[in-house]
Amino acid sequence: MLVAGVDVGSTMTKAALLDENKQVRALAMVDTGANVVRAAERAFREVLATAGFEDWDVTFTVGTGYGRYRVPFGDLQVTEISCHAKGACFLFPGTHTVLDMGGQDTKAIRINETAEVKDFAMNDKCAAGTGRFLTAAAQVLGLTLEELGTVAGEAKKPLKITNVCTVFVEQEIMMHLARGCAVEDVLAGVHSAIAGRTIALLRRVGLEEEITFTGGVARNPGMVRALEERLKLKLNVAPESQHIGAIGAALFAWERAAHGEVSKRRNNSEGRELASGGEA
Amino acid sequence: MSFIAEPRTVRYVAGVDVGTRTTRALLLNEEGEECGRISRETGARPEIAAEQTLQELCIHCGLPREHIVYIASTGYGRYRVPFRQIQITEMTCHAVGALRLFPETRTVLDVGAMNSRALRVADTGRVIAFRMNDRCASGAGRFLERVATSLEIQLDQVGELSLRSQDPQPISSICAVLAESEVINHVTAGKPVEDILRGAHNSIAERVIALVRQVGALPEITLTGGVTRNQGLVAAIEERLGCRVNVSPDSEYAGALGAAILARQRWQRLENSTPASRN
Repeated sequence: MLVAGVDVGSTMTKAALLDENKQVRALAMVDTGANVVRAAERAFREVLATAGFEDWDVTFTVGTGYGRYRVPFGDLQVTEISCHAKGACFLFPGTHTVLDMGGQDTKAIRINETAEVKDFAMNDKCAAGTGRFLTAAAQVLGLTLEELGTVAGEAKKPLKITNVCTVFVEQEIMMHLARGCAVEDVLAGVHSAIAGRTIALLRRVGLEEEITFTGGVARNPGMVRALEERLKLKLNVAPESQHIGAIGAALFAWERAAHGEVSKRRNNSEGRELASGGEA
Repeated sequence: MSFIAEPRTVRYVAGVDVGTRTTRALLLNEEGEECGRISRETGARPEIAAEQTLQELCIHCGLPREHIVYIASTGYGRYRVPFRQIQITEMTCHAVGALRLFPETRTVLDVGAMNSRALRVADTGRVIAFRMNDRCASGAGRFLERVATSLEIQLDQVGELSLRSQDPQPISSICAVLAESEVINHVTAGKPVEDILRGAHNSIAERVIALVRQVGALPEITLTGGVTRNQGLVAAIEERLGCRVNVSPDSEYAGALGAAILARQRWQRLENSTPASRN
C-alpha cells in the first residue's frame, strides 16, 4: 500500500509518499508559481518518480495547504493546521506546540498527545514576522534565503529593528547599510525582530513544550537560533521540516487507506463509486 | 534693521521636506512669494539628499547659498538635515502649506510614500486633531508601488490606467506584501490590469478615508503629499468620500511650502527682536 500527501503552499508545493509501514518513501518539492494545479501535479509526479512508482500505485491522496482544493487528484482535503500537527507529532511524539513558518504566514498550533488541535493562532492580516519578511530582507541585502541564517550567525553587534511592517523594514535595512552597519548585524536584528513577533503568536496559544518548528523557515539556522535564544528552550527541528505538512497529509491518507478507503481515481478506473470526499 | 555689506541683497528662506521617498525644497523671498522648487529621490542617505536638493535649488534659482538666511526642515528625515536652522513636524507644515494653497481647508489628508495622515485644522493653520498610519504601508504610496512592480507597470501610469476600469477587482489584503499575491492571483485568473489597479486604488482610498473619518472630515478637504500626482487615487478618494477634494500641482509641495512659510515667520521674528542674531 502506498499513500501520498500534497501540501500546496503559497511559495512551495511539497509532496510525500508513505508506505503501509508509515515509512517515508520519497519527498518532493517544486515552486508553486502562479499555476497551483500544475504545481500540485508536478510535485506528485516527482515524488512518484523518485520512489519509482506510478500514480495507480497510490491508494489514497490527501491535499493540504492554501491550494488544497485545487489538487485535482486529491481524494480528501485536510487543513494545513491538522496536517502540521499530525506530521510534527509523528516525527516528534512529545510535541505539544507546533510552530509553522511558511512563505507567507506563520501559525502557532497547540496540540494534545494524539495530535488533536486544541488551539491555534495565525497572522492573517499582514506579512510581519513571516517568511516573506525574510525574503524581503534577503532581496534588499542581495543574499539567497539559504545564506541568511548563516550570515546572521556572524553578527557581533546585532541591531535593533524597530519597524514591524515588512515594507518599512526594507527601508530600515537600507538606512542601516547606508550608515555603514555590517550586513550580519542588520540580519541578526531582522531575525530577532521576527522571533519576537513569532513568540508573541506562540504565547497566544499557550506555549507548551515540546515545540516543533515546521515549514520552510525552519530550515534557516539563524531563525532557529534566534527563537531558541529568546525562548530559552530547544526546538525540535527535523531535516524534513519543510515537508512536515505533506507528511501529515500522507498520514491522514494512510488512516483512510487503512480503513479500506480507496482513491476515486482507482475506483473510477474500475467503474465503481467515489470513496470519500470533504474536509476533515 | 541692520544690513551688513550690501544693503540691496535679497534674502530668501527655504523649506526642505525630506520624505521617505522624495525630498522637496521650496524657496520663498522676503515677501513670502515662491521663487523656486525642486525635488529628488531621498534614497538611503537623507542628509545627502537634503544637501543635493538645496544645491540644486540654488542653481535652479541662480542664487548664492548665503542668500538663503533661514531653512526649516520637515518630513521623516528632518533631523538629518545638517544645514537646518529649525526642524518642524510634517503635520504642522502640511497644515500651513495646505491652508496657503486652499484657504478654506479644514481637513488635510497627506498621503505619502510610507505614511498617511489626516489633520483637522483651524483657519489659523493650527492642528486640532490628527490621525496617522505609521505602523504599516497599507494606505500609503508604497502599496501602489508594490502593486505596480508586480504588474510591471510604471508607477506614474497606474493612476490613469485605473481610471479605465470597467469592473474593479477587490483587493482584500490590507498588507501591501500580501496584496501582491492577490494581484498575481488576479493576473493568473486573466483579470484586466486596469481592473486590478482600480481595486488597489480603492483599497488605499478606503484606508486613508478611515483616517479622515476619525478626525471628523470637515470641508474643505485638501489632499497633499506625493500621491496627489495620481489622478486615479484622487478619483477613488472622491468617489468614496462622496465629495470633491482640493488638489493642485502644488499639493505635493505642501510640506515644503509650509516649512518655508514657517521659516520666514521665524526668521522675521528673530530679525525684529534681536537684529544681531543673524549669522
